Amino acid sequence: MLNWIILEASSYAAQIDNVILIIALLGGFWLFAAEFVLFYFVAKYRRSRSPKALHITGYDHEHNKWIHWSHYAVIACDIVILVFAARAWYHVKQSVPEHVDEEIRIVGHQWAWEFVHPGPDGKLGTPDDIDLVDELHVIINKTYKFHLESADVLHSFSIPRFRLKQDAVPGREIDGWFTPTVAGTFDVPCSQMCGLGHGIMGGRIFVETEDEHRKWLDSATGKTAAIPGHSTGKLASTQGRN
Amino acid sequence: MTTHVAADHAHSEGDHGHHELSFIQKYVFSTDHKVIGLQYFMTGVLMGVLGALASYVFRMQMAFPGHAVPGFGLVTPQIYNQMVTNHGTIMIFWFAMPVLIAAFGNYLIPLMIGCDDMVFPRLNRLSYQIFLFSALLLIASFFVPNGGFGGAWTSYPPLASNPIYNQTPYGAPMWLAAVALEFVAFLLGGINFITTLMNARAPGMKMYDIPMVVWMIVIASILFMASVGPLVAGAAMLFLDQTLGTGFFDPARGGDPLLWEHLFWFFGHPEVYVVLLPAMGIVAEVLTVFARKKLFAYRTVLWTAVATGVLSFFVWAHHQFVAGIDPRMANIFTVTTLLISVPITEMSFVYIGTLYGASIQLSTPMLFAIAFIVEFLIGGVTGIFLGASGADIYFHDTYFVLAHFHYTFVPIAVIAVFAGVYYWFPKMFGRYMNDTWGRVHFWGTAIPFNGIFLPLFYTGMAGDHRRTFNHLNFPDLARGDLNFLRELSTVSLLVMLAFQVIFFVNFFYSMFRGKKAPANPWNANTFEWVAASPPPHGNFVTLPHCYRGPYEYSVPGHSSDFWPQNEPAPKT
Ligand code: HEM
Ligand SMILES: [Cu+2]
Ligand SMILES: [Cu+2]
Repeated sequence: MLNWIILEASSYAAQIDNVILIIALLGGFWLFAAEFVLFYFVAKYRRSRSPKALHITGYDHEHNKWIHWSHYAVIACDIVILVFAARAWYHVKQSVPEHVDEEIRIVGHQWAWEFVHPGPDGKLGTPDDIDLVDELHVIINKTYKFHLESADVLHSFSIPRFRLKQDAVPGREIDGWFTPTVAGTFDVPCSQMCGLGHGIMGGRIFVETEDEHRKWLDSATGKTAAIPGHSTGKLASTQGRN
Repeated sequence: MTTHVAADHAHSEGDHGHHELSFIQKYVFSTDHKVIGLQYFMTGVLMGVLGALASYVFRMQMAFPGHAVPGFGLVTPQIYNQMVTNHGTIMIFWFAMPVLIAAFGNYLIPLMIGCDDMVFPRLNRLSYQIFLFSALLLIASFFVPNGGFGGAWTSYPPLASNPIYNQTPYGAPMWLAAVALEFVAFLLGGINFITTLMNARAPGMKMYDIPMVVWMIVIASILFMASVGPLVAGAAMLFLDQTLGTGFFDPARGGDPLLWEHLFWFFGHPEVYVVLLPAMGIVAEVLTVFARKKLFAYRTVLWTAVATGVLSFFVWAHHQFVAGIDPRMANIFTVTTLLISVPITEMSFVYIGTLYGASIQLSTPMLFAIAFIVEFLIGGVTGIFLGASGADIYFHDTYFVLAHFHYTFVPIAVIAVFAGVYYWFPKMFGRYMNDTWGRVHFWGTAIPFNGIFLPLFYTGMAGDHRRTFNHLNFPDLARGDLNFLRELSTVSLLVMLAFQVIFFVNFFYSMFRGKKAPANPWNANTFEWVAASPPPHGNFVTLPHCYRGPYEYSVPGHSSDFWPQNEPAPKT
């Protein structure tokens, strides 16, 4: 639904946008209905046209049926919204796909993202891992599981074009997943206030084809994070403490 | 319940015997609820102006990043965060709450329930003094080394708890202490409102005869008192973390940052209704008077307010869907949040229903009251997107959220407050405000308000995150259409701010030179209009007796279209 404003670039972006669409339709209906009635009353019952007001309590069925009736309709809309929202939520946040192609580690720092790629062997936590600052390289249509941590304060890992967002909490490792479906380079801003540099903290994700990715791997092998005082080894020791 | 408790002996200090009070006694150390109400009003509005000026600074930076802001100068990331944080804090705690609850509550409750003062006048005075001190403390926090706190009004640790991370070793604890003191002031005020309503009602005033605005302020005070306790405890822990280096919220020392989020939002969500309900109350009074119509289903309004209040204690984690809480919890909080839509829609419909068959006079207060409903509906509906877990994954912490909650807060704290001010001004000062300029001010507020925040829904949908110092740092966000909307929003703010000058001139000019108003200029029913305008110390010549509900307008067979609560039924 938001594709015309902002690209849907992950496997679940369209599903989340559908939840938004459903709410926009149902909520929009109520909004316009209520505003319409309101403006209609204001126009119709101006003193010039309606010099004497009615005296009604609003308790009799004749009048309050309008409110009770809409009551049930609102509950029905809520249930529809709940079903769509919970399904999207379950898919994105509560389940991990059976098949995961690669795992990555993401660490929030004041004020940069550290992305640990599994490197040529495809396994995370081995010496050939590629550790980069503010640069994440992934392959289109592969499923990634991420392990999200923070080295200092709260941060939030957000890729608007994937409709993905997850806070990073120091002392915890939070897992999630995504499958990019469109090649390109996208923003990875931090979306949780994390101090002075929060407003300019942002990485980029490079969604590449297999070929491009291999080229990048060749050129990048051996690189490590340039964030002083926060070597991967030190960060690794914070995991599992939960 | 109907025994009439005279305000306690506090009065005997100053005024017995000598009726001429000195200026100091009358305005600085007064225990008169009306003076305290006006003190709260003036202080709150002054703080609101500060909050608005802060929004001027950061909105200019947002629309024209890197350019010096006229009248202020260059905005650094530090200043930006400090402005955003204190704008939010001030607008909620030092503008919305004091004006809606303390100012209107203090001024109106004794007058509207027909008694001479609050039950605890000296507690009341203490409440204001603590509040004033907390405001000064907050302002002082801007001028200490390293400046004021910039970690957002939600003050999440470990950023807020550790000076190494927030880099404001003095600003952060001062900010927190100011907020905690403000809570104390409102606890004292709340005790007073609740006790006064229970004990000092005019004889004959039963549950359903109490004017809605009084109910709403009292329910809000109960909500506040019930929700703020855990947060005060949390604030004490956070203060210790900040100053003594304890580790309540520091994971490296066994603490948990998410604990603060829970405590904060357990208070924070009810707080939304703490400010909403008084605004609904003000609108109910204005709406009925200028529609010449009984409030539609009084009891329904009252009980939906109570239901909303109770439900609001079970929704807090909708602010934390993606915060790292157990993801299964999101489903429960989506259910409770969607449930709140039921009483809130009901309340909105009842207000619209009040206009059915009415005889509407579009006076300045009425325009504001109607605008409140029009705009608040938008705020309410957009909240559903954020309460629905699946959609909130995307919208959380974007400008969509920001636009949503300003569509609730600005109607509440600005539009409804203006409705109340234009409506009760003749009572407060015995003079009318100028109606023509009032209308100009109305349109100059309502239209630019939409101009500020409608565009931000769109930029939020396009991925603009809140609290972003400079969007141009993000290649995807440096788009022409988004830049245009950011500028549109800022220009609208400038227009809206300019129109507020009209209000202030009108307000102060009318205070001294406005047309003289009689005691009951709008032909309203409630007790405050029985008292002289402005009401003297002690309010009423003889305390009124209550014979009927507050909204008996256009009663068939009655000689006039209003029927004051204190007027005995004619003998038949
Ligand atoms: C005068 C009109 C107002 C304008 C133009 C305005 C604008 C803004 C903007 C643009 C932000 C976000 C800044 C950012 O995230 O970078 C903001 C934040 C906020 N505003 Fe307002 N606002 C106004 C009035 C109000 C009122 C009346 C209230 C409440 C009663 C309010 C409460 C807040 C809160 C709680 C925040 C969040 C602060 C934070 O993120 O820590 N604002 N405002
Ligand atoms: Cu951040
Ligand atoms: Cu909430």
